[in-house]
Amino acid sequence: MLDSSFYAKTDEILSRYPAQERSLIPIIHEVQETYNYIPVELLPYIAKKIGITETKAYSVASFYERFSFEPKGKYIIRVCDGTACHVRQSVPVLERLRSELGLSDKKHTTDDMLFTVETVSCLGACGLAPAMMVNDEVHPAMTPDKAAQLIKELREEAAK
Amino acid sequence: MKRIENYEELKKLHELFSNKIKNAPCRILICAGTGCQAGGSAKIADRFHELAGDSQDISIEFAPEAAGHPVGVRRTGCHGFCEMGPLVRIEPQGILYTKVKPEDCDEIFEKTVKNGELIHRLIYKMDGAEYVKQEEIPFYAGQTRVVLKNCGHIDAEHIEEAIASGTYLALAQSLFEMSPDDVIQKILDSNLRGRGGGGFPAGKKWQQVARQPEKVRYVVCNGDEGDPGAFMDRSIMEGDPHKMIEGMIIAAYAVGAHEGYIYVRAEYPLAVKRLMLAIEQATEAGLLGENILGSGFNFTLHINRGAGAFVCGEGSALTASIEGKRGMPRVKPPRTVEQGLFEKPTVLNNVETFANVPMIIKNGADWFKGFGTAGSPGTKAFALTGSVKNTGLIEVPFGITPREIIFKIGGGIRNDKKFKAVQIGGPSGGCLTESQLDEPLDFDNVKKLGVIVGSGGLVVMDENTCMVEVARFFMEFTHRESCGKCVPCREGTLRMLEILERIVAGQGEMADLDKLETLSDLIINTALCGLGKSAPLPVVSTLNSFRDEYVAHIQDKKCPAHVCQKLKQYIIDKTKCKACSKCARGCPVQAIHGAPKTPYEIDQSKCIKCGACMSACPFKAIYVE
Amino acid sequence: MGVMKIDGYPVEFKDEPNVLSVIRKAGIDLPTLCYHSELSIYGACRLCNVEDDRGRIFASCSERPRDGMSIKTNTPRLVKYRRMIIELLLASHDRDCTSCVKSGDCDLQRLAHRLGVERVSYPAHKGHHPIDFSSPSIVRNPNKCILCGDCVRVCEGIQGVNAIDFSHRGTEAMVSPAFNKDIAKTDCVNCGQCRVVCPTGAISINTNIRPVWEALSDPNVKVIAQVAPAVRVAAGQAFGGERGENVMGKIVAALHRLGFDEVYDTTFGADMTILEESKEFLEIFEKGGPFPLFTSCCPAWVAFCEKRWPEFVPNISTSYSPLQMLGSVAREYFKDPAKNEGKKILSIAVMPCTAKKAEILREDLKRDGIQNVDYVITTEEMITMIKRAGIQFDRLESEAADMPFGMGSGGGVIFGNSGGVMEAALRTLCEGPERSAIEELRHSGVRGPGPLREFIFRYKGHEIKAAVVSGLAEANALLTRIKNGESFYHFVEVMACRRGCIMGGGQPVHAGVRTKEARKQGLYVSDVNTQIKKSNENPTALALYDTLIKGREHELLHSHRK
Repeated sequence: MLDSSFYAKTDEILSRYPAQERSLIPIIHEVQETYNYIPVELLPYIAKKIGITETKAYSVASFYERFSFEPKGKYIIRVCDGTACHVRQSVPVLERLRSELGLSDKKHTTDDMLFTVETVSCLGACGLAPAMMVNDEVHPAMTPDKAAQLIKELREEAAK
Repeated sequence: MKRIENYEELKKLHELFSNKIKNAPCRILICAGTGCQAGGSAKIADRFHELAGDSQDISIEFAPEAAGHPVGVRRTGCHGFCEMGPLVRIEPQGILYTKVKPEDCDEIFEKTVKNGELIHRLIYKMDGAEYVKQEEIPFYAGQTRVVLKNCGHIDAEHIEEAIASGTYLALAQSLFEMSPDDVIQKILDSNLRGRGGGGFPAGKKWQQVARQPEKVRYVVCNGDEGDPGAFMDRSIMEGDPHKMIEGMIIAAYAVGAHEGYIYVRAEYPLAVKRLMLAIEQATEAGLLGENILGSGFNFTLHINRGAGAFVCGEGSALTASIEGKRGMPRVKPPRTVEQGLFEKPTVLNNVETFANVPMIIKNGADWFKGFGTAGSPGTKAFALTGSVKNTGLIEVPFGITPREIIFKIGGGIRNDKKFKAVQIGGPSGGCLTESQLDEPLDFDNVKKLGVIVGSGGLVVMDENTCMVEVARFFMEFTHRESCGKCVPCREGTLRMLEILERIVAGQGEMADLDKLETLSDLIINTALCGLGKSAPLPVVSTLNSFRDEYVAHIQDKKCPAHVCQKLKQYIIDKTKCKACSKCARGCPVQAIHGAPKTPYEIDQSKCIKCGACMSACPFKAIYVE
Repeated sequence: MGVMKIDGYPVEFKDEPNVLSVIRKAGIDLPTLCYHSELSIYGACRLCNVEDDRGRIFASCSERPRDGMSIKTNTPRLVKYRRMIIELLLASHDRDCTSCVKSGDCDLQRLAHRLGVERVSYPAHKGHHPIDFSSPSIVRNPNKCILCGDCVRVCEGIQGVNAIDFSHRGTEAMVSPAFNKDIAKTDCVNCGQCRVVCPTGAISINTNIRPVWEALSDPNVKVIAQVAPAVRVAAGQAFGGERGENVMGKIVAALHRLGFDEVYDTTFGADMTILEESKEFLEIFEKGGPFPLFTSCCPAWVAFCEKRWPEFVPNISTSYSPLQMLGSVAREYFKDPAKNEGKKILSIAVMPCTAKKAEILREDLKRDGIQNVDYVITTEEMITMIKRAGIQFDRLESEAADMPFGMGSGGGVIFGNSGGVMEAALRTLCEGPERSAIEELRHSGVRGPGPLREFIFRYKGHEIKAAVVSGLAEANALLTRIKNGESFYHFVEVMACRRGCIMGGGQPVHAGVRTKEARKQGLYVSDVNTQIKKSNENPTALALYDTLIKGREHELLHSHRK
């Protein structure tokens, strides 16, 4: 069970959108930005408020790569695997991140909920390939070693 | 900014602002596009702000409203030359400093800004020559920047700069001097073709929407630039958002729409932020919303963020997504111009297309046709990436050859490797090879070569690129991004991917090539949407041009480019091995054996090609074949 | 209007919505897996592709016919593509065909044979999802789903329920409830229309055949059956009979041969429903509300109302559905040791409906915790049982249903059609010379095409505003209008399935336009051939009021629904 603060926050988000089907995606974007994921209980709540079925809301939410019902880490690392990054060796960066954090293509989030590692089709930072994004910040010209160093820094930052 | 009540006021403001810029003693333009920001340009801008604020003896203020920020220091959109970022441009001289670090700011300010001295270490150099001015750098000199003219030259977060550059004058001209039909006719005359991939004439689209009996209409901008290796639209949205917004309002006026949507990828947070700011400022200035410039015309604009689905670049999937549905393409007819967003007639163009519109209105169809070729007039922005020396965003007239782009603008192949191919059109496109480098790039000619212009990604590949692996990469992408609706795309791309995975792992058979071809034929001819139909093109194109590489993977179990991990053979050079056993200890699968004082050996049947031995060897005795 | 050429032959078209319907009209059975004329066009299977003069290939389901168009439907390319598409589908499909419930009736299997797919050259791919047995009505087996979306579109578009939908995308895509939870935990109303349109075994009937077989072979159990009106006009075709032919006599004979001790006719129950429901209506009508009164026969409708429109639940008639009526009185009847011969009674209902499987489990319909009917088997399951026993149905001599619950009125038999319940109820209110009054009612608007019919019935100088609606999406729209005050009715009949029970979720599938019409006419003809037209003239039903149920109407014939 979620505590009432979740519903209060969701109500606040809901109040900014018309109660219509078309508001679903912007609303769950905001919910996800608030909690790093979409708490499962909130989906039927939102669906009801905007007048669609829970099934429909799930159908839509599960279609889009970006929405997650699994809690994500504090730092969401999106490694670009676009063409430009791919030909400039983005895969070793990804592999290094995963080995540093004990993650895999099945397990995306560390148990301490600090890191989530995902791939993304293209960040549009092709000139700086290989690139990756940590939350909203783009990191250019990555190498496996730079990635490992970054993890170290983020760990220290989180420990503060 | 206060509301602009009429055309006259806009003209006056334009004059006022542009004069202020012209007469400004100095402007520091710091690139704040995604690329340079990633390189730390925000810190650079902050430092310049501090320096300018402290400075007593030099006035770099030109704020249209006296109070406020020290506007001589400007954060601009992408200059395009991301490779050399962070970039700082000093005006009026037009000096471009490259790879600037925050610690360089003080020196730039003291020497260049105050005293006009050059700092040579920050100037772009190529083949021994120094290029002081931005426009002289070969990367820029070879371009024709029309759509991207303002990108990197104005501050995208202040509408005053857009107005100074002339933005919204074409809108006013349309509203007050032209009828909606005149606008459509002008766009028709210009033969502006959609820049999003298909190349459908924009004017025809508008005309069809204007002719619909249904009176509620929408204008939608496709900013869901999902092609991996493309960022043209991102740069426009970040660097000159008002230009595309102006294009959208003109389109709305032409077709009688009063509401519009911009659909932007969620992976572009900066673009979203700048667009929201631009809409807010334009609305405040009376350039959006009710009674625009006192003309009586109303148009409101919304932003919708994508959520990670490449297929939403397809028109009907995009409108479905705005409606809050799964982004799945639907069958046509009805077409988007008949029943698009919310089942109403809809103009759907991409960012670059809309950004072209104001210039056509202002300068005329003939001016526009002065660029490019007869069938594909105008310019095209490309994202030049991959194994090329100068990567970045470029704009060139249609009809230019890939050779000019890669070797003149792009400066040739990185590390002086050999050119192999250039991938055009992203996952829906294909590869052009050495023999096609002198073919003019335009919509129709490129189609004849079996590829598409697409949205404008150009990924250059050198001799170290495995074309089979590239095909597998694209197939993995389209398979992952398939919406799953129609059978050929959903199941066909899965099977093609399986086959390609087998081939790069050395388990392919010659019959697989036929299978790839039959599956490609099926998908191209029977998939539901354009994205599905073009999904096999990277495979078809590499099969045509690089069949020998496929054969090498299958028959010789070799990857000629030494890329495919599973086809690599790690070998110990017996003459170099000192039998130290470090490699054997580092091997995770105990594939390396040896005895003291005799060279070690790798059991190829056990080796998992992880490369651990190679990095463990202190004598560089292990090599890859 | 115009003429197009199909495979070289000119074919006229008028208002056909797409090229596919013109092709089918021309007598060519172009294969499809995702096209249903009553559902929205989806365009996913790509089997209905055709080729035009210029070699362009397009899906005929989504192209408008144009004058002068010339297309080919069977070129070598098209045949190759269709075969490949089926092969690709089979590769990702649980190909456990030999033991699949759908074997022999499966569209995918049929097309694979028809198109000559002789081997599947790709490795099996489909992941193994658990099978969902949570619903008493249907079973979901995602491993057999080919993602044609028919179920999704019928559930949302026709039924307005949206209990299932697509989730995820690409090859991960599946049809499921939210979070892939059990279907029983959703808004599913058990109508089974998803199962009707499913081309494969991905959604099937949750069968109750096994306990029925066991009971039939148990000498200590007396097995009684009742057969619903709609069953008799749908079963015959499975045994080579005519579309819509009334085969009640043969069904009775077959069930007797299977070992059922008594075979009754649910039409009798229908008459009892009318007796109670018309009483209830008159009471409300004279009292002046609350309006409207909704019929209660359709369990999918009742479930829908409870889940989506709880405010209207008090407006639903409390009278038992025909199945419950007969079940209840039979249960009471067999309490007599002389009647039950010391055996346990097992009460079976043969229904056109999957929702009835859920209805019998409802607490408000139980008496002292005991179900009125023990098992519901659908028409499809009954056909399976008859076939399994090797009974040559077409060679059976008709037999009459057993008494005392073997006889019903014409009003009772038309219950299976949309509008039938309303017509039967209003018949009891007809005044004046019987024949002409019934005839007049028949033409009042209660019958006819379309999912919604509104009409006025005159009763003792008053106007009764009535509506007949089938398909829950249509019902949902009607309820919205009632709630908003845009529409007003005194009496509303709701059936969850379009056209009523004849097209119920338990009926044999693949019913085209002609079959649908034939089933409907089959019931109307049965009415014509019945001596007694009005439910309130059924002598055996009336007699019960003096004996078995005397003074116990509310206990024995009404739901305790709150």
